[in-house]
Amino acid sequence: MRFRIEKRNEKSKKMQILIPLYSLLISAILGGFVLILSNANPIDTYIAIFKGAFGSDTKIQYTLVKMIPLLMCGLAVGIAFRLRFWNIGAEGQYVMGVIGITWVMQFWTWLPGVLLLPVGLLMAIIFGGFWGGIPGALKAQWRVDETLTTLMMNYIAIGIAEFLYISAWKAPKNNMGTVTFPEIAWIDRFWGKVHYGIFIVLILVVVLYYILYKTRWGFELNMIGKNSEAARCQGVSIKRNIIIAMIVSGGIAGLAGGIDSAAVTHSLTKGVNSGYGFTGIIVAWMSGLNPFISIIVALFLAALHTGSDALQITMRLPSAMGEVLQGLILLPLLAGSIFIDHRIIFTRAKRDK
Amino acid sequence: MEKTLVVEMKNITKRFPGVLANENVNLQLHKGEVLALLGENGAGKSTLMNMLVGLYRPNEGEIYVKGKYVTITSPQDSMALGIGMIHQEFMLVGNLTVGENIILGLKDLPIVPDISEINKKIIELSEKYELQVDPTRLVETLTVGEQQRVEILKLLYRGADILILDEPTAVLTPKESKELNKILKKMLAEGKSAIFITHKMIEVLEFSETLMVLRKGKCVGIKPTATIKELSEIANLMVGRPVLFDLTKGPFKPGKVRVELKNVCVNSKTHSRKTLDDITFNIREGEIFGIAGVAGNGQQPLSEVITGLLKSNSGSILIDGVDYTNKTPLQIINSGVSHIPADRGRMGIVGDMNVGENLSMKKYRTIELSNHHMINKSKVREFASRLIEKFVIKTPNQFTSAKFLSGGNIQKTILAREINSCKGVLIAVYPSRGLDVGAIESVRENIIAQRDKGTAILLVSEELDELRTVCDTIAVMFEGRIMDIMDSKNASTEKIGLLMAGVERSSK
Repeated sequence: MRFRIEKRNEKSKKMQILIPLYSLLISAILGGFVLILSNANPIDTYIAIFKGAFGSDTKIQYTLVKMIPLLMCGLAVGIAFRLRFWNIGAEGQYVMGVIGITWVMQFWTWLPGVLLLPVGLLMAIIFGGFWGGIPGALKAQWRVDETLTTLMMNYIAIGIAEFLYISAWKAPKNNMGTVTFPEIAWIDRFWGKVHYGIFIVLILVVVLYYILYKTRWGFELNMIGKNSEAARCQGVSIKRNIIIAMIVSGGIAGLAGGIDSAAVTHSLTKGVNSGYGFTGIIVAWMSGLNPFISIIVALFLAALHTGSDALQITMRLPSAMGEVLQGLILLPLLAGSIFIDHRIIFTRAKRDK
Repeated sequence: MEKTLVVEMKNITKRFPGVLANENVNLQLHKGEVLALLGENGAGKSTLMNMLVGLYRPNEGEIYVKGKYVTITSPQDSMALGIGMIHQEFMLVGNLTVGENIILGLKDLPIVPDISEINKKIIELSEKYELQVDPTRLVETLTVGEQQRVEILKLLYRGADILILDEPTAVLTPKESKELNKILKKMLAEGKSAIFITHKMIEVLEFSETLMVLRKGKCVGIKPTATIKELSEIANLMVGRPVLFDLTKGPFKPGKVRVELKNVCVNSKTHSRKTLDDITFNIREGEIFGIAGVAGNGQQPLSEVITGLLKSNSGSILIDGVDYTNKTPLQIINSGVSHIPADRGRMGIVGDMNVGENLSMKKYRTIELSNHHMINKSKVREFASRLIEKFVIKTPNQFTSAKFLSGGNIQKTILAREINSCKGVLIAVYPSRGLDVGAIESVRENIIAQRDKGTAILLVSEELDELRTVCDTIAVMFEGRIMDIMDSKNASTEKIGLLMAGVERSSK
């Protein structure tokens, strides 16, 4: 049996649906091997993950709370990805957002209490947008490679955050971490742990969908992403759009940090670099940059997250096993995406005459 | 005396999903002859050749090489049979030497090849076939014509005796084409054979012994070239209907000056010679201003400096008397300039977006297709179907990705968009390059119709016939300079040819 790969004439719609399903199945099998090696029953483990994520009200709440920043980070990097600008700096932009809101909460206490939260979230957007705008401007002006700058700036942001919560802004009585935000500026919860931030992110999904698919700007982003040279010939400014898109992208990642700290941690402290920014890349990629599909993907990854935390207790497995399984999900998916554009044709061995 | 067959393709059929690319095609190539393969874009010429070099496999039919039945599944297989192909885009590495390029990819090479021994062999080969190339030079320092010789040497070095050349003269000057012809004749005398894919009918007469015409995947004619008396005979075979070579053009009535270039210079990033050197000319209403020249002598930078894609270092560009030097592309578009760019796929369309979206890429900003910042999709659909009908763009529907259209229909899409949004100035760069006869006809007609409506048009072309029939005024460019500007009535092919080669009027 020989085979070769041939390009399809059109993207296969069927494959766009089947590939995620098949690759999920393959990841489950691959993950199964890893689990067997660690002396765990794969089926029991998968059931445990599912129960850990959705088994009770509290668990569903945990999953939803995790989904919020994850979805926002996915939306954020998705905007940059549309331009083929590989923003892998959502993590740093998220952290800058937390720093922004914390600054308002700590030092802008002269503000009327009701204004603290909106101003704080705005500051999170500004800080995140600024952090995203820098690599955008560097790329636009001097063609500095964005994968390097956005990645490096993550560590700068994390470093600044550490300096702040360990020393400069440390609460007097704590070992680390800032003073808790004033209670009036917290984002309220309406169902157990689930807070109103979930509505902000869902509104954002709809707004972004409209911007990306219905507006002139969305059309321009699409043109640039698919053929920047042609876009330039049509009068679309590449430089300007890269900078704007990166400010928007960073701003949304910053807002994710602002919302999560106003609703969950209520301070700037250890654990601020939670990995949402990095996992957001997976969300954007798996959703094909579609905001609505991002919801499902973010929910799925959040569930995997909370579910694998439970593995420690129920299956006595290291929680890192969850991360192993996450990585295993992306691999078959990326490998499988070739079948959207290509097909395999099997041919019999050489025929002789 | 019966000549020996070197390649025989019998009843070849190749199907792609939804398309019959080749149907029952029979091809015969004899030893020592050149077979010209003609046909419109999408007629199946490349598909047929790709089956011979192992990039595709036929669904039906048999291939015999030198009398033996063969199955070719890869370019390596075809190379082993002595078949080699020179593609339109050269496959050379610029920062390696000629010698290194020639041995690149050879399988039975020692870990440290003896490059001086190899160079010696290359020189022997090049002397034998009069393919003068210095094997120690870097490929990036070679002219296009020299690079083509390297490609030929590459095949000869590998022992190929059946050469397939895909539009080999598209990038050459008339002089270089003549040299290529001489080289080919020399190789044929040595018992090699060649298949020559081309659009240019005059060349068929010069180069080939036999010609074969494909239309819609089928062979519609095989004739000895010597029996052809009229060019229109071949053209009619290709298109399947009589082709008009005479264009109806209104009288030349130039109006006021629309575009004015004054001493425009652009410095080169890599060379000390300027990319554009002191360019001065005017284009008037109702005038087609042609730019002749061998590709790479500044024509494309000239179009880009006018459309704002390239910054000028000195001089000024006026549109309707207003200074537009170094303004943004958008400002220049808004001043009424439309642009048909040189490279359709890279600059003209967004292949992954659909035809309708591609058609609306100039007008989406205007009230015609959007209100404030929201694009009105139903207006876009209506607009697109109107243009598709008006410009006879052949596409399954407007939601088909533009990359699936044929070259001619991609060009029609660009033409439709640019002409529709044109407000008085049209910059057209190689608009008919690589198109088939039918599409060229429609491109030229559209451009002339614009001129008769009073548009000022800059037409860059390398086809002298096109320039002489379509243009009112012709300027010749060489090494970034304008050699001369003349009335197209006074422009003989010889005169333009000499100027294109850089021969000054005074030194003649």
